[in-house]
Amino acid sequence: MSSSTNSTTHHTSTIGAIGAPSRRNTELALLVFAVVIPVFAYANVGLAINNTVPPGLLSYGLGLGLLAGVGHLVVRKFAPYADPLLLPLATLLNGLGLVVIWRLDQSKLLQHIHQAGTAAPRQLLYTALGIGLFVVVLIFLKDHRALQRYTYISMVGALILLLLPLVPGLGADLTYGAKIWISVAGFSIQPGEFAKIVLAIFFAGYLMVKRDALALASRRFMGLYLPRGRDLGPILVVWAISILILVFETDLGTSLLFFGMFVIMLYVATERTSWIVFGLLMSAAGAVGVASFEPHVQTRVQAWLDPMNEYLLSRAGVKDGVVHSEQLQQALWAFGSGGTLGSGLGQGHSDLIRFAANSDFVLATFGEELGLAGLMAILLVYGLIVERGVRTALAARDPFGKLLAVGLSGAFALQVFVVAGGVMGLIPLTGMTMPFLAYGGSSVIANWVLIGILLRISDTARRPAPSPAPNPDAEMTQVVRP
Amino acid sequence: MNKPVRRIAIFCGLLVLALLVRVNWLQYAKADSLKNAKDNRRVNITRYASPRGDIIVGGSPVTGSVETKTDALNDLKYKRTYKDGPMWAPVTGYASQVYGATFLEGVEDGILTGTDDKLFFRNTLDMLTGKPKQGGNVVTTLNAAAQKAAYNGLQGHGKGAVVALEPSTGKILALASYPSYDPGSIAGSYDGKAWEGLQKKNNPSDPMLNRALRETYPPGSTFKVVTAAAALENGKYASADQPTDSPLPWTMPGTTTPLQNEGNLPCKNATMREALRVSCNTVFGKIGADLGNDKMLEEAEKFGFNKQQFVPTRADASVFSKDMNVSQTALSSIGQFNTAATPLQMAMVVSAIANDGKLMKPYMVDKLQSPSVDTLEQTQPEELSQPLSSKNAQILQSMMETVVKTGTGTNAQLGNGVTVGGKTGTAQHGINNSGKPYAWFISYAKMSDGSSPVAVAVVVEDENANRGDISGGGLAAPIAKNVMKAVIDSRQ
Repeated sequence: MSSSTNSTTHHTSTIGAIGAPSRRNTELALLVFAVVIPVFAYANVGLAINNTVPPGLLSYGLGLGLLAGVGHLVVRKFAPYADPLLLPLATLLNGLGLVVIWRLDQSKLLQHIHQAGTAAPRQLLYTALGIGLFVVVLIFLKDHRALQRYTYISMVGALILLLLPLVPGLGADLTYGAKIWISVAGFSIQPGEFAKIVLAIFFAGYLMVKRDALALASRRFMGLYLPRGRDLGPILVVWAISILILVFETDLGTSLLFFGMFVIMLYVATERTSWIVFGLLMSAAGAVGVASFEPHVQTRVQAWLDPMNEYLLSRAGVKDGVVHSEQLQQALWAFGSGGTLGSGLGQGHSDLIRFAANSDFVLATFGEELGLAGLMAILLVYGLIVERGVRTALAARDPFGKLLAVGLSGAFALQVFVVAGGVMGLIPLTGMTMPFLAYGGSSVIANWVLIGILLRISDTARRPAPSPAPNPDAEMTQVVRP
Repeated sequence: MNKPVRRIAIFCGLLVLALLVRVNWLQYAKADSLKNAKDNRRVNITRYASPRGDIIVGGSPVTGSVETKTDALNDLKYKRTYKDGPMWAPVTGYASQVYGATFLEGVEDGILTGTDDKLFFRNTLDMLTGKPKQGGNVVTTLNAAAQKAAYNGLQGHGKGAVVALEPSTGKILALASYPSYDPGSIAGSYDGKAWEGLQKKNNPSDPMLNRALRETYPPGSTFKVVTAAAALENGKYASADQPTDSPLPWTMPGTTTPLQNEGNLPCKNATMREALRVSCNTVFGKIGADLGNDKMLEEAEKFGFNKQQFVPTRADASVFSKDMNVSQTALSSIGQFNTAATPLQMAMVVSAIANDGKLMKPYMVDKLQSPSVDTLEQTQPEELSQPLSSKNAQILQSMMETVVKTGTGTNAQLGNGVTVGGKTGTAQHGINNSGKPYAWFISYAKMSDGSSPVAVAVVVEDENANRGDISGGGLAAPIAKNVMKAVIDSRQ
């Protein structure tokens, strides 16, 4: 463990001596594409729907370009050695998300349902807020290790965030779906999105301190290292919290996300495969246990197994205590109808999904209008973000940074998997949103903060160490060694 | 710490890989079945996004499309319209924004909508040049005058159906069913009330039933021509004019029941010509009993029984049972017991006889046209089977011509040098034959040059007629005569 850290340090300092390229110009070139592609997509939607280039094209292009430019300049100034891919990839997804949200705003059907078609300007505002927070993170978080100081405050903060939706009067009481929203001053906020980051900070700080105890004080049994009873404590607590989330907020996705993130970080901290085995067993037991008595979760599982039946129940207006939704079947039809190349932006009918077409189900619009080809590209962009995050963890020189980076990237990957898998019918559907693509302020703001933290860690990791002071003993030392 | 991080990297890669596999499964492997799923609204949106192609009879369309107002809840731009809807409904079926599409509208939906693979090249070209997608046309073999004569003839008589074929090709010239409905009345998005009113449970006369293709009736005495064909083909009797071995009264083997004739008919040892002329049950019942179930079944199946026909819309299979005992075979051979035939089937029987024994496959789509009226596919006449030899067919023709000249079918005579051959039928049905009998008439017309332009089958179930009046010759023959006359007149 400590040896690998040393070797990394040694390795990087050697490169540092000859000057590491900052890659900021690469980032700028990629950012140009990340802004131009959504602008073309926007023009495409306007031409397809109204036969004209949309009047807001220039301001949209300038707005997105300005936001990306500010982001870039701040990175150039405050995190010059940061990863060059993360900012362009996030900008690209955010830009395309805006285009598709605007495209769904144009749907007469959705306008009829929501009585308004103004999601896109709001999302642009959220994006600006998100990039604002991204800038704040980069300017004020000079070193990610500062976060380590807030380990236990983070724990409390995360618990509060997670419990907020259950507070009477604050939690948005939605009869459908999961209770993961709160409403404050007319805005719906999903505290879980922020809790994700805060929890990652807590786990990283906690595990960095406890990892030796967790890894070493264990007995070997059937090829697995069994942890001591008292070391089992933390994982049991997190497991219990996840189960509680599942029971009270009826949200399988958030529950799975937090528990999965914890297991990933625990595994990285201890290098013990046994934690993964325990984690899988416990999450399976928890999910099955809760599903056996929670009707909302059962409905989700049934909808996953037989979406057509749910569609028919929903169409027939069956009232049996649970809400039947045709959304999943509609989403599957949207994907299938897109085929290989898609219908073209603005020419699909994914508005048939109706409710949440631009948030939880936004991926279906991408699937239908950009086709298999476009959706694979989108998924690969997500894959790239995750792998750059993990790369940052590999390059990080301190265990806290490593844990935080791998935790955030792992959570991001799990979220993408849980949401996309749910919408595509691979796993039961949960109430989370695709990072950056989906409509929703909490999601877009929290994910920009996440990218900001990853950039900060990668900057620290790639920044050349100050060149070592000339050591007059160096040559002598070598001579002495046999 | 780097080894587990690398493993997590692989794990995250696997998550993304699982998504990639799934999206390929959805958007490539399952794409077509999802795209064309019955409940997928896009099917309807595409179907009505552009004016639908037309179904054409005799050069003019019997269908049309009208643009509707689209708004938030109505995403279907065009609506189907029909000209003389009730008359053509058995041919066109309906294309409804809510209830799907049936008959030609359903079978040829790909062409009419413009999504058929035969239009692929054209559609690609249109996409590149920015032209909107258009549907192609379906040109039918039907004869408007014959159809009108058939529909008008049925209109006065409760329920019934008419099918007319061109014997030499199998072209369907008329396909009428009564009572009927206007498919235009259920074409739109808000026609639920009209639809409910047409359902059998709300409307006992069941106007949406296509009686010409989808209803089987006991064929009664008209089936005797099949029995006669079996007798000739199996060498039981070599000519129409030799006395048959027919005792009177005749008790069916294995029973104590004598088979009854309708009235006091001269059926004892009658020739087949005479037996067909006055419609002797005993003579043909005994022929069937003597030939046996297998030979009768073989002959019936050569005429198309026990098989669904696709014209290209599906027609129900007509029935001639197997594994019957001798008395059941005897009853079946005079068109009773289990024997049941669609009007199309009986038209095929008479058409094969008129075409010197060759049964042509019936069809009603002459050709499929692209939107720019190029022919995409032309249907070629196809021989289905040869139920009887040319010589035997001519013997049977002469027998049937006697029926019209001096027998039960005199009401179908056309004159003007046109010879008509036919056979009446009055089929009992219901428990203890309590229902009103079905009146049948099957016939063909032969021109002076020996060619036969039309063969027709008519069935009428008239609930208002007196039981005694119901006979094939009285009710059905005049309709057949008018249909044949319409076909012959339209040829001149």
